[in-house]
Amino acid sequence: MHELSVTESVLEIACKHAKKAQATLVTDIYLVIGRLSSIVDDSVKFYWEMISKDTICEKAQLHFKRIPAELVCLECHHKYVLSDELTPCPNCGSARIRVLSGDEFNIESIEIRR
Amino acid sequence: MSENRIKIVEKILNANERLAEQNLERFDNTNTYAINLMASPGAGKTSFILATIHALLEDQVRIGVVEGDTAPVTIDSDKIMAAGMPAVQINTGGECHLDALMVEGALAQLPLDALDLVLVENVGNLICPAAFDLGTHSKIVIASIPEGDDKPYKYPNIYRGLDVLIINKIDLLPYLDFNMDYFRQGLEMLNPGLETFALSCKTGEGLQDWLFWLKNKLPRK
Repeated sequence: MHELSVTESVLEIACKHAKKAQATLVTDIYLVIGRLSSIVDDSVKFYWEMISKDTICEKAQLHFKRIPAELVCLECHHKYVLSDELTPCPNCGSARIRVLSGDEFNIESIEIRR
Repeated sequence: MSENRIKIVEKILNANERLAEQNLERFDNTNTYAINLMASPGAGKTSFILATIHALLEDQVRIGVVEGDTAPVTIDSDKIMAAGMPAVQINTGGECHLDALMVEGALAQLPLDALDLVLVENVGNLICPAAFDLGTHSKIVIASIPEGDDKPYKYPNIYRGLDVLIINKIDLLPYLDFNMDYFRQGLEMLNPGLETFALSCKTGEGLQDWLFWLKNKLPRK
């Protein structure tokens, strides 16, 4: 995927909020990534080291929190968690399902020093 | 020195989404309908655009095209201009998708006031374009028979946020093992009730239904 542009966005958002909070340093950045948002942690970390240099986020550790994708059956309203492969409703077999969560792609918080 | 946690909860692609909203506003202000066309390489995106342009010539529909490619080529935009419509080529410089900022730049080069429809041909890719909203009114994916019937299962994200799916190259169905029921079941799981048009840009079969859908979306200028 496009890990460089994603990493640039993370840096931009973190710097913006750090400045607003008058931080002198950002020590940690917490990301929340849903199961349906594909991103390669290692590539983000790789780019991070390059692009965060000489910024307030230079020393920041990236933390990735993965959250599962939850589906709901539109026929019987059964809720289930997405396994590796997309499957019909395990309760009634219907293919009419909707995704409730798993699209998250957020910066949840940052840890700063003042 | 004090240490503390600051809650943010901001979408990582927030900047793109804000720009996409601005693009949508531009389309609306100029009364132009816009479509983001996505597909894998070779599915027939450019052929589909050309077939649409030619079919709508007699209705005098004015179509502008934004062509996204990862390499600095103008093969696609040349074909569009040869068909008599304005086209802007975006070279993404290796990036795997178009984003709202690239489209914003391209729109400045199109005479939007004089257009009814803008077709944005995304980079050939079934993964990355799904994550970047461009600010179009609808998103369409072109699937094609030679790609195989398992694509909805392998690339679920791109099929989820769609408004219309085109199934192209149906003239090849007799020659390939493409199980349409299996394909459609995958679609149904990802996007229940999704509007689909099965057609062939080569033979013209099925094009009429797609054109009927499209004409209903076009603004009256």
